[in-house]
Amino acid sequence: MVQYSQVRFDASFGALSDATRRGVLEQLGRADASITALAERFHMTLTGMKKHVGVLEQAGLVSTEKVGRVRTCKLGLRGLQEEAAWIERYRQLWGARFDELDNVVEELKLKEKVDGRTKRK
Amino acid sequence: MDERRESEANPTKNRTAVERKSERELVTTRTVNGPARLVFEAWINAELFRRWWVPKSYGLTLLSCEMDVRVGGRYRLVFSHQASTMEFFGTYREVTPHSRLVWTNEEGDNGETLTTVTFDENAGKTLLVVHDLYPSKEALDAAVASGSTGGMPETLDQLDELLVSLRASSVTK
Repeated sequence: MVQYSQVRFDASFGALSDATRRGVLEQLGRADASITALAERFHMTLTGMKKHVGVLEQAGLVSTEKVGRVRTCKLGLRGLQEEAAWIERYRQLWGARFDELDNVVEELKLKEKVDGRTKRK
Repeated sequence: MDERRESEANPTKNRTAVERKSERELVTTRTVNGPARLVFEAWINAELFRRWWVPKSYGLTLLSCEMDVRVGGRYRLVFSHQASTMEFFGTYREVTPHSRLVWTNEEGDNGETLTTVTFDENAGKTLLVVHDLYPSKEALDAAVASGSTGGMPETLDQLDELLVSLRASSVTK
């Protein structure tokens, strides 16, 4: 897991080492865009832009989806990773909470048993 | 239930599951080994509630816990964490003994979140389903985003810093 994120980090670092790719990320931070639109926006060929998007996609920074003849790009996995990490922390909080609740309920069960023995509560 | 037998290592602890069901919904489930009337009691009795709501390992202190558990009644929880305090407050919308609790969370900036807890007893155990309905996709996204700044894996923190500095340097270019 640690190694996996290290690889991801290196890939991200590489992906971010290029000014165009940084520009593409900023652009996608504002709105999703097709590869054609990105190529126009950054004054380059479709093939050139495809390469840049490919690098960003590899790093998990961008995801693409082809609908009909248009390939749309948006900010990728990293956002999803953040969400997954948040949900995991949220789950841990509730897990810890419920573990304490177990103790409280065990105590109530015990108390009920003892009370039941003396007189029905 | 045909759920997998819970971890043999710790047979007393059941599994907690969290799922983002939709753009606005978060659902948490957990089985507690006790009848619904006792589990419900632990949710509506402030003295009991305060013993479990704040896990000991979280470095939070519950300064006060006021709960007026009836339809239209209000609750207010005040926590302290290091030097700062946080308040959580809202109104109970539904109180159905041993089966259902609904309350609002009114402390957020993005409108009310509605929490529904159901208590479903089966063979002496109670399945708890905690359903949070956020006022908008943006509100849940914001909760996720603000939570993410707290304990992000280090590499992602570094990546964030990198993005910020890159953004700054590309602006000045």
